[in-house]
Amino acid sequence: MGNLKVNIGGLELQNPVMTASGTFGYGDEFADFMDVDSLGAIIVKGTTLHPRQGNPAPRMAETPAGMLNAVGLQNKGVDYFIEHIYPKISEEFKTTEIIVNVAGSTVDDYRAVCEKLAPLDRIRAIEINISCPNVKQGGMAFGTTCAGAEEVTKAVRAAWPKTLIMKLSPNVTSIVDIAKAVEAQGADSVSLINTLMGMAVDVKRRKAVLSTVTGGLSGPAVRPVAVRMVWQVAKAVKIPVIGLGGICNTNDALEFIMAGATAIQVGTANFLDPRTAQFIAEGLRDYCEENHLNDISEIRGII
Amino acid sequence: MKFIHDMVVSEVETLNDAYALLKLIPIGANLPPILPGQFVQIRVPNSPDTFLRRPISVNFVDYDKKELWLLVRNAGEGTRHLIESQPGDYYNVMYPLGNTFSLPQSKDDLSLLVGGGVGVAPLLYFGKQLHDKGYRFAFALGARSAGDLLLLDEFSKYGPVHISTEDGSLGEKGFITQNSVFGEEVAHIACCGPTPMMHAVAKIARQKGACCEVSLENHMACGIGACLCCVEDTRDEGNVCVCTEGPVFNINRLKWEI
Repeated sequence: MGNLKVNIGGLELQNPVMTASGTFGYGDEFADFMDVDSLGAIIVKGTTLHPRQGNPAPRMAETPAGMLNAVGLQNKGVDYFIEHIYPKISEEFKTTEIIVNVAGSTVDDYRAVCEKLAPLDRIRAIEINISCPNVKQGGMAFGTTCAGAEEVTKAVRAAWPKTLIMKLSPNVTSIVDIAKAVEAQGADSVSLINTLMGMAVDVKRRKAVLSTVTGGLSGPAVRPVAVRMVWQVAKAVKIPVIGLGGICNTNDALEFIMAGATAIQVGTANFLDPRTAQFIAEGLRDYCEENHLNDISEIRGII
Repeated sequence: MKFIHDMVVSEVETLNDAYALLKLIPIGANLPPILPGQFVQIRVPNSPDTFLRRPISVNFVDYDKKELWLLVRNAGEGTRHLIESQPGDYYNVMYPLGNTFSLPQSKDDLSLLVGGGVGVAPLLYFGKQLHDKGYRFAFALGARSAGDLLLLDEFSKYGPVHISTEDGSLGEKGFITQNSVFGEEVAHIACCGPTPMMHAVAKIARQKGACCEVSLENHMACGIGACLCCVEDTRDEGNVCVCTEGPVFNINRLKWEI
C-alpha cells in the first residue's frame, strides 16, 4: 500500500488531507457524519486574542460554483478555546492533528495568541492567517505586502517553537514574493490560497448582498487560480506548500499535489458534503494502489 | 444524532404554481427521531447554479410509511428543481438539524400556531405533537388568497384552523394578525412565516404577555454550525448560528424592535 504520510516542517501527518479553517468548526460538528480521525489534520476556526462578534448578517452569498463569505473572524477568543474547546477536542480526536488558525489585528495580538497556545501538547502546529479579507484591521493587510508578511512571521516565529504555517492571500500581485518573504523569516510551510476578494449585488434591492459589500470567494470557482498559485509557489520555495481552493474530490486534490502541494485542505466542500475530506483521504489511498505508487510524494510537483 | 442519508422520492404533490409537497424515504436506513421545528439540508444535483444545500423545514414525519415530508416553495433555481422532482428521484439529505419548538407551559391554556406562506410547514408536525399530547391549541394560517393556503386538510386533522386571506377569498379578510382568534386569551404562540408577519405576531404576543417563539430562515451554508454564515444577533450571546441555536427562538432573545 502506498505511503500517504507527509511531513510539514517536522509535523508528520498520517495523510495529506486537512480541513480548512472556518469551514470545519472545531471538528466535533462533523463527528456525526464522518470519522474525523481519518484525516491528516483539522484546522480549527480562526482564533483571536479577544472574542470577536464578526460582521453583521448577511454574511453569505451563493455564487456560480462557489460562495462569498464575510464572517469576519467571529470566535470566542483564545482563552475560551484553551479552557473549553481544547480539552474536549484533544480528548475526542486521537490520530488527527489539531492545528489552530491564528488571526490578529496587530503583530502583538498574533504573538500573544501564539504564546498562549504554545504550552498545549496536542497543538503541534499553528496556521497564521495574514489573509482574511473580511476584517477592517490586520488580517489581509499583513499578507499583501512582503514587509507586513515578514513582520508577522518574524514575531510569531519568536513566540512559537513548533510547526509554523503561514496562510497566504491570493489578493496580491505576486504571491511568490510573499511566500519567499515568509520562508526567509523562518516559516515552516505556507498554505494557499485564502479567499479571493469578491462582491455580489442584489439587483432587485439595488444593494450589495453582503453587509460588508465585499467578501471572500471560495469554492470550485477559485480552483484554477489556486492550482496556478500553488504551482508557482512550490517552484519558488523549499518549504512544503499546502494547497487549498475549491477542492471537492480526490481528482481535485491530485491536481494540487501534482502542482507541487505536499498536503491539501478541504474548505467550502465541507458544506456541500460533510464527509468530503474523509472521501478524499480514502480516494488518495485508492489512487496510490491503483497506480502502484509506493509513496504519494512520487507524483508531487510532477508538473 | 445527525445523519446523512440518500433518500428516494416516493410522492410529489403539486399544491399550486409555487408549492409542492415532497415525500422522501431513506434508502437502507430508518428515519431517526425528528422534532417539530427541525430542518434538513438537501443537496440538489444536476443544477449548476445550486451550489449549496437547501435548508428546508420538516413539514411532517410519517413513521408508519417511513416518509419525511418537505413543503417546498419555488424560490429559485434550487427549489424549482425540487418541486419538479419525480417519484423515484434521489436526494442526499442531512438531518435532523436545529432545535425544536418548546411545549407550552399549560395544556389547558390556548396556544396558537401562526403561519404564513411556506412558514406554515413546520407547524403541521408541531400541531400533531400538541394534538397527541393533549394540548389545547389552534392553527392560525394566513395567505394572500385562498389558493395560497396549503395543506388545509392535513392541518384540520389535528386542530381547529383559523384562516385569514388578504383578499377575503377564504376565512376572514385581512392579515392573520387581524384574525378574531387573537381576541381570545392566548398563553403561547409559535410562529413561522415572512419576517414582517413574525414581527407583527411578536408584537401581539408582547402585548398579551404570551410566550412567543419564532422560526427564522436566515441564509445558511453548512447547517451544522461550522460556517457561521446564518447568524442572528441575540441579547444574551450576540451573534449565534440560526442552524444550531435555532431555527426556533424565543422573541425575548432577539433584538427585534417590537
